[in-house]
Formats: sequence, C-alpha cells, structure tokens
Amino acid sequence: MNEKDELILLNSWASPFGARVRIAMAEKGINQYELREEDLFSMSPLLLKMNPVHRKVPVLIHNGKPICESMNIVQYIDEVAVFNGKPALLPPDPYSRSKARFWADFIDQKVYGTMRKITRNRGEEQVRAKEELIETLKVLERELGEKPYFGGEFGFVDIALVPFYSRFYAVETLGNFRIEAECPKLVAWARRCLLKETVSNSLPDPLKVYEWVLYVNDKFGIKQN
Amino acid sequence: MAKSDVKLLGAWPSPFVNRVQIALNLKSVDYEFQEEKFDNKSELLLKSNPVHKKVPVLIHNDKPICESLIIVQYLDEVWTSGPSILPSDPYDRATARFWAAYVDDKWFPLLKELRTTEGEEAKAEISKKLKEGLVLLEEAFIKCSKGKGFFGGERIGYLDIVFGSFLGWLKAVEKIAGLKLVGELVTPGLAAWAERFCSHEAVKGVIPETDRLVELAKIIQARLKAQSAPK
Repeated sequence: MNEKDELILLNSWASPFGARVRIAMAEKGINQYELREEDLFSMSPLLLKMNPVHRKVPVLIHNGKPICESMNIVQYIDEVAVFNGKPALLPPDPYSRSKARFWADFIDQKVYGTMRKITRNRGEEQVRAKEELIETLKVLERELGEKPYFGGEFGFVDIALVPFYSRFYAVETLGNFRIEAECPKLVAWARRCLLKETVSNSLPDPLKVYEWVLYVNDKFGIKQN
Repeated sequence: MAKSDVKLLGAWPSPFVNRVQIALNLKSVDYEFQEEKFDNKSELLLKSNPVHKKVPVLIHNDKPICESLIIVQYLDEVWTSGPSILPSDPYDRATARFWAAYVDDKWFPLLKELRTTEGEEAKAEISKKLKEGLVLLEEAFIKCSKGKGFFGGERIGYLDIVFGSFLGWLKAVEKIAGLKLVGELVTPGLAAWAERFCSHEAVKGVIPETDRLVELAKIIQARLKAQSAPK
C-alpha cells in the first residue's frame, strides 16, 4: 500500500463497526483516504454495489475492490500496511493471534445485539438484556485483568471493543443503570483508550449517539417512556 | 510432533469439528480425538472452553484454541510446512474470511432451521432463502476458483473446508425435507465441487454418512418433542 493507492471508506458516523476501521487506519498511519458518509435509510448505489450481500457499513474500497465486515477490514489493513514502522494490530505468534481473534469474535457475538435489545425494549426483555450485557462485560473485564490493554499493547481486541463505549451513555440512559458501577475496570480501560488520539478522533460523541438511537427508535415506531 | 501434543475435543456429527479434522488431515498432523457428549461434557472441555463450553477445542501443548475458524487459521499459521490453507494474497484472504463468515452466520442457521421445520409452505420459504444463498456462493466459487476445481484454486483451501464441512448436513436435510438444494441446473459449479471435495483424501471418512445424520436428526427431534410435550 502506498500513496498512489485509492482508499475509500464507506461509513456512518454513529457506527461502532465503522469506528473500528477508522481507529485501525489511524493506528497504521493511514490518513490519506476518502471518508464517505452513508445514510443508512437511503444507501448510495456505491454501497449497494460494493456490499450487495449485507448492504452494511463499513466497506473499505481499495483500488476499486471492496473489503467488508469490520474486523475483516482491520485484519486486511494490518496485513497490507506494513510500511512506516507502525505496530502490528495482531500479535506475531499464532497462539496470541488465536486468542485475539477469539475475543474479537466474542465481542462480535455478544455486545452489539444485547445493547440494541436494551435500547429497543422495555420490561422483562430489557431486564434480561441488561443482565446479559453486564455478564458479558464482566467476562471481558476478567480477561483484561491487570493489563493496560487486552493484548498488553493496544491492538486488535481493544479496537474491537472500544467503539461500543460511545454507546454506553445511550444504553445506560434508556436502561436506567450504570455500567461503571458494575464494571469499573472496564470503564477505566475505555477511558485509557480515549487518551489516544487515534481513538478519540475516531469515536462519535456519546450524547449525539444517544440522540441518534432515539431518532432510529422513533423511525421504527419504538416508544420511549 | 508426538500425538499427545495435539488433542481435539469434538463430536462426530459436528460440521465445525469436521472442519478441524479436515485441516489436521491436510497438514498431516497426528492427533488424539476425544469424543464429547452434548449432555455430559468432560472436565477438560469445560476447563478449556469456559466461555462457550462447546466443541471443537484444539489443545496444543496444553494450550486450548477455540472456535473452528480460529482453530483452522491457527493450524495454518503453525504448520507452515504443510500445504497452505488460507490464500497467500491479503485480498483473497479477506474474501475467503468474508464468505466463511457468511456461511456460518447467515447460511447454515437457515439449514438448521429447515431441518426442524414442518409444513410445506414454511419449508418452501426457507429453502428459497437457502437457494438464494447458494447462488451467491456459486458466484463466489466462480470468482475464487479462477477456473480451477476448488475455492482455493488447484488445492483445497479455507473456504472449501468451511463450506464443505456442511455438505454432510446439507445432504441430510435435503433427505429430511424432501427437496434438492444444490443442483446441476442452478449451481453447476457447486454441484461438481461438492463431489470433488467429498472424495478428497483429507475429507474422506471425516464427514459422516448422510443416513447416519438423518437418523441422528430424528432422534434429536423426538427428544425435543418429548421434552416440550404437555405432561
């Protein structure tokens, strides 16, 4: 990958998955790319052409060829951007890589869906979703342990998880609970990540995310109370 | 490498376990297989995969690796002297990982649903979605194979293993539901590939016989019905 390469990132400002890619690009020192904002209620022809299977952001278009699915894009960037002395996002040894992939997969399976259940439901369903989220975050907190970042150094798993921190405020407000009360170490880790410019420049404002969640709920006819 | 250095916790009917077996065969790795029962999981399994408590789990030099796709990638990265499983080009690798995720997250759940669905209308609806998925996979096959016999080109690769491991259950569900999903008319590439894949020496003997899986499906279904029957 060099300066002559054409890079376009199809994204949506509130997407935690898009934020993962933005953080990864910044970490790898890739700043020359076009960031295109997609309206998820009115997708561009380019998005529909580049990701016909899922019709979702993010999509990275590298010299006209699309790469889809956020952690897949992160791995791709890690593999092709090996210049300028920036650290690898995945560790070098196979066993550590397998652990990083495991935890990224766990985060993919357990975090977003549960958060959405909290913001879109009330009553019993919401209570169950809150319990599930706290349990998931506690498992992650245990895995983090006393390390500053999941892999020791900031990397793959941190990138997979930290964008969801922007959604904590929305989830806490609509769910009427505080995540920090249950998972203080995890919240401390998130704040530590935010001290990095690559992260703080890539994450949306939690208040704006909360307003966005309300807007989307309204569009789907979900009542707030 | 001694046989005891590599242990696979698995279950014969699991396509996810079959994947790892095929990969181990491709790399000519000697390993010990421990059969796990769904309703009586071993201490070792619970200790090695406390998060998901599922098979397959590969234990290499006492260290556990979980999740079939992750295990296959691990095997490819450790046993570098054997034939490569992931493509060498980063873009082809990203493409292979994309379709592997599609097969696991979108396509196979539909197949599982079809296995337990009753009623012609409901079955028709799910099989329509499955066939649409197969058309996508046919296109992917044409692109990835570049005129050769496998998704991986001349040799079996990641996507062959990932998708191919479902062929046992695909044939079983076709029998149970009484319909054909992969056919020479709509998906000729896949139909030919399926034969080729199943007769590959690394695959033979790994994917269970269709009738065995059909029998097992009947037993599971009967058990589920008994559990949910009114007392």
